[in-house]
Amino acid sequence: MNPPPADAVSAAAPALPDLWPPVKVRRGFTGFLRRHPTVAIGGALLLVMVFIAVFAPYLGTVDPTTLATSRRTRPPSAAAWFGTDMLGRDIYSRVLYGARVSLTVGFSVAILASLTGLLIGLVSGMVRWADGFIMRVMDGLMSIPSILLAIALMALTRGSIGNVILAITIAEIPRVSRLVRSVVLSLREQPYVDAAIAAGTRTPLIILRHILPNTVAPMTVQATYICASAMIIEAILSFIGAGVPPIIPSWGNIMADGRALWQAKPFIVFFPAVFLSLTVLAVNLLGDGLRDALDPRLAKAP
Amino acid sequence: MFSFLVRRILATIPVMVVVALFVFSLLFVAPGDPAAVIAGDQATPEQVERIRQSLGLDRPFLVQFSDWAWRLLHADLGRSIFTNLPVTTMIAQRIEPTLSLMTITLLFSIIVAVPVGVLAAWKAGTWIDRLVMGFAVLGFSVPVFVVGYLLAYFIALELEWLPVQGYTPIARGLWPWLENLILPAIALGFAYIALIARITRAAMLEVLQQDYIRTARAKGLAQTPVLFIHALKNASIPIVTVIGIGVALLIGGAVVTESVFAIPGLGRLTVDAILRRDYPVIQGIVLLFSFVYVLVNLAVDLIYTLIDPRIRY
Repeated sequence: MNPPPADAVSAAAPALPDLWPPVKVRRGFTGFLRRHPTVAIGGALLLVMVFIAVFAPYLGTVDPTTLATSRRTRPPSAAAWFGTDMLGRDIYSRVLYGARVSLTVGFSVAILASLTGLLIGLVSGMVRWADGFIMRVMDGLMSIPSILLAIALMALTRGSIGNVILAITIAEIPRVSRLVRSVVLSLREQPYVDAAIAAGTRTPLIILRHILPNTVAPMTVQATYICASAMIIEAILSFIGAGVPPIIPSWGNIMADGRALWQAKPFIVFFPAVFLSLTVLAVNLLGDGLRDALDPRLAKAP
Repeated sequence: MFSFLVRRILATIPVMVVVALFVFSLLFVAPGDPAAVIAGDQATPEQVERIRQSLGLDRPFLVQFSDWAWRLLHADLGRSIFTNLPVTTMIAQRIEPTLSLMTITLLFSIIVAVPVGVLAAWKAGTWIDRLVMGFAVLGFSVPVFVVGYLLAYFIALELEWLPVQGYTPIARGLWPWLENLILPAIALGFAYIALIARITRAAMLEVLQQDYIRTARAKGLAQTPVLFIHALKNASIPIVTVIGIGVALLIGGAVVTESVFAIPGLGRLTVDAILRRDYPVIQGIVLLFSFVYVLVNLAVDLIYTLIDPRIRY
């Protein structure tokens, strides 16, 4: 029997099965959102809050500081959707305007703490002799619970949104700088950074080209958590009377106003509480989703 | 072991020094004139000057700091501007409710969170796991005073199962004491439980994939001993760590929880001190809580060596 010709063998061999069936991965922004529904849900909810904050004057609100002593502590009705507080102010308007304070504080603290922490972390990771000192200071700062640190700072300054942002930022900086430092230290061991050093690349260029891009992902995730934590701390500060001035409607202030009456008129506390919780939830969902999306190793875990 | 203990305890000293130095220098780095802020808007220049003197702000920084630190080493935290009582006395009067609340919350949270986290890891990917993880996100997002008001309104006010507000000293009996602390402990523990449960699940997921777990199962061990003896023991380092770190959440949350539930503890003292701008009191409380936090994390480090004999510093 003659062996079959070579081309006949290949023709007779069955086609190899596809071990990995082709998965259609949608590209682009919509594809990303479909693969990470938590980012989509959190982002959408946050966008709604931003919309409320920006367009608060046009959403059927009245001036949130208008006093109307004739209609005090009215329960929710068609005229005042969320009721009125002890001074007759419209809670619906106050809650909607309150979104401005919360989001301003949250976003500002997230950005300021990230940038300052990035700078400190870079210095600590790159400059050996400064590292020990900076990290001891950060250890000390981190040993003061952040709410207490903010309270101590607020007790010494006049209540204003700027001071609240400053106080919370100082309390949040150590966490960012530690994160950035650990990223920098692990990158320094990478062969491609060694190669760049060997090729005579200057330090600023190494930082710009090889170190900074790698800090973006973990810092983005950290920034969302800082934003969430800052909004909670702002509400707590305002609630206990150490935050933004009582004249400015913030969710913490509205709850502080309703505190004395919460047993009889729970709606005053209820509405700002719901908005605050929803906003923080939105930011946390966004953070969790981004963490899974930016760190594929975590996403694989069941 | 002994030399490790000594070295680890000595290592907390620089941290505490930084804390003390930082809390003290806040008076100087704060924008504006702290004496004027503390005195209030209606104060006369003489009143401002008196406060400046009582805070020691009229003397050079180093003189003040060494003086203050020396008194601090003798457990002297200064005197309240408002009541003129020693800060240590004021803290001593208020410490029992706060200590009770935090101890109960700590125990309750660990007892709830660890089994829940283990359960979520064991049932990873099922609806139980999703429920636990969903709860964890909620726990991080709903602020402590919101949980507090919800519990107080529905459980205490509507259902009348537990007292709404207040505190009974433990000297008047165990149940009256505990009865007042149940709702505050749940409110305060909400975020803490979420944190511990989440870390427990993550640590357990990693350990459950290891070979010795498969061996334990292969030799026919029941599920419970595998989970709680073989796996949990090896997953416990990150869990103990986060229990220590999370104490900061408890400390910060206690300030608010005590306001919601009208508990006359250190949190109430802090809030009263803020409204009166009584800075020495605030300073004393911040220092005390920070030292407690440092000590808790020292204890955590020491517990590491008990859990895992391989850990030597």
